[in-house]
Amino acid sequence: MAILIDRNTRVITQGITGKTGQFHTRACRDYANGKQCFVAGVNPNKAGQDFEGIPIYASVAEAKKQTGATASVVYVPPAGAAAAIWEAVEADLDLVVCITEGIPVRDMVAVRDRMKKEKRRTVLLGPNCPGVITPDELKIGIMPGHIHRKGTIGVVSRSGTLTYEAVGQLTEIGLGQSSAVGIGGDPVNGLKHVDVLRLFNDDPATEAVVMIGEIGGGDEEDAARWAKDNMRKPVVGFIAGVTAPPGKRMGHAGAIISGGTGTADEKLAVMEACGIKATRNPAEMGKLLKSVLG
Amino acid sequence: MKIHEYQAKEVLRSFGVATPRGVPCFSVDEAVAAAKKLGGKVWVVKAQIHAGGRGKGGGVKLAKSIDEVRDWSSKILGMQLKTHQTGPGGQTVRRLLIEEGADIRKELYVGIVVDRGSQRVCVMASSEGGMDIEEVAARTPEKIHKVFVDPSAGLTDAEAEELAAKIGVPAGSIPKARAMLQALYRAFWEKDASLAEINPMVLTGDGNVIALDAKMNFDENALFRHADIVELRDLDEEDPAEIEASRHGLSYISLDGDIGCLVNGAGLAMATMDTIKLFGGEPANFLDVGGGATTEKVTEAFKIMLRNPRLKAILVNIFGGIMRCDVIATGVVEAARQVKLSVPLVVRMKGTNEELGRKILAESGLPIISADNMADAARRVVEAARGKH
Repeated sequence: MAILIDRNTRVITQGITGKTGQFHTRACRDYANGKQCFVAGVNPNKAGQDFEGIPIYASVAEAKKQTGATASVVYVPPAGAAAAIWEAVEADLDLVVCITEGIPVRDMVAVRDRMKKEKRRTVLLGPNCPGVITPDELKIGIMPGHIHRKGTIGVVSRSGTLTYEAVGQLTEIGLGQSSAVGIGGDPVNGLKHVDVLRLFNDDPATEAVVMIGEIGGGDEEDAARWAKDNMRKPVVGFIAGVTAPPGKRMGHAGAIISGGTGTADEKLAVMEACGIKATRNPAEMGKLLKSVLG
Repeated sequence: MKIHEYQAKEVLRSFGVATPRGVPCFSVDEAVAAAKKLGGKVWVVKAQIHAGGRGKGGGVKLAKSIDEVRDWSSKILGMQLKTHQTGPGGQTVRRLLIEEGADIRKELYVGIVVDRGSQRVCVMASSEGGMDIEEVAARTPEKIHKVFVDPSAGLTDAEAEELAAKIGVPAGSIPKARAMLQALYRAFWEKDASLAEINPMVLTGDGNVIALDAKMNFDENALFRHADIVELRDLDEEDPAEIEASRHGLSYISLDGDIGCLVNGAGLAMATMDTIKLFGGEPANFLDVGGGATTEKVTEAFKIMLRNPRLKAILVNIFGGIMRCDVIATGVVEAARQVKLSVPLVVRMKGTNEELGRKILAESGLPIISADNMADAARRVVEAARGKH
């Protein structure tokens, strides 16, 4: 067991004809069961062709119909990325993972609203995220597969390389991961920390969770409050941006302290109050997790 | 992206928002001519910088004669205007807005942002106009009224009228307030703004509703579809180091400390700054080189950091995932040679081919300090900045 994806997931790459889409589809196909799992690509102008043996279809709906795909990953450039997400939602996939960085917020507001109004069941991960990996089974996204080990620790984070940092530390001290999920650095996105905690809570293969957050918004606080009443497994955390000045976007579109809220100290205080042990030293995320294991 | 007040008012006027008549000016003579052309007995001389709190800082003055317009304009133009948003150095005033005076009966507040929780556009209004909305939110949150707008419907007549009534707009002026709120919402949505604020929105003696001040920020990710907004960018208001960095695809933000850091990934870059602080140092900058830390990018990043006279040491922290550590090490060595590095350099690399990467650093002959993990790297760079290496 794991969350979101496993060896039975079947994946469509949206944006398979672009450089990034090709590079990462190749890397994902070469990881664990990737060869069986990456079954289709989409490009309306190149239907009938293939990318290194992966057939290309005109639409997500057509790709799903022909291959039985259950998920998609989006590398489509920012201007068309929200439309690509919607296409996957409309095709009723289980999961769409959007890697694309730089999507206008208004486009995300519109697509999220439509998903909610029409009560669509498709789960969105991202945008502006590294994706999700279930070690030794499948990776969908841009993370380096080889740093992961199969195990029982769940990892959820808004950032890419900081997730790799946490995973690297865990692997180094012999703790493998059930799944590692990057929810992305944009202000309006799909799965949030609390949603991923819920999934880990219900996953018998997960024993404990590392939750990594950063400045901006209130997602980490929401997750902490939920965890206080509902989480049956230990959670440890780290929040990046203690030294970030207010009003400045720290790389991620969503990483901004605005109106005096969304500071790292505020988040750390709520997490501690809710029983989530947090460290201020990112070099010790792995160690901290180990200390709470029974 | 931020724009000036007078530019925000131009954008808003094109959506039907009423504002005082005004003229942007770049010299005292222009300001005097503008006041004469506007006519009337009272004018407002307003400093145009990309920061709030201009009034408190002495950048907004009432003039009751043309001579006073001249006096205030010559005092304000060129001054270093310090506000709570400019930092201690202040910001040079290069532009003025000369406006006709208004007959203010009541000052109100209206602002629009994207609300992350509801994932909708949130229109906020308050009877406490002219004050910092953060202050109102902290002291009297019950005075802030919010509407979370359904994006397919827009801000409806009923919503706008209810909001106007709640903040104390009298019945006779409600239609005008409604029109202003709706126009502000349309401007926000259609121009991909990240913030649109009218503070104060004023009720005048004759029952009119006008935008006395206006502020708009825009979503950088959407600028590709707004060439007209891009034209309003004023590079004088931005940090030259940040502009230079963005030209090279680097995400850079200047900070007050003396330890430069170069990192791949925004989250890891923030975490690196935090670790420096944790070990008693102060970061000089945030710098994310992105996924592809090429020699060229690292060289440009070094150059930008080295332009900072306060810089005492540099920490490079790279998690080599897809990007291999040996490639990054080669880039760092090459870049350090090209810029003739004058401060201690601590490098921490983790991930693919890290041993090979360390070997390249060690054999380079450069005085590079290698570190095992983030904490070790931070400790070493703080020591190096204090001259202990």
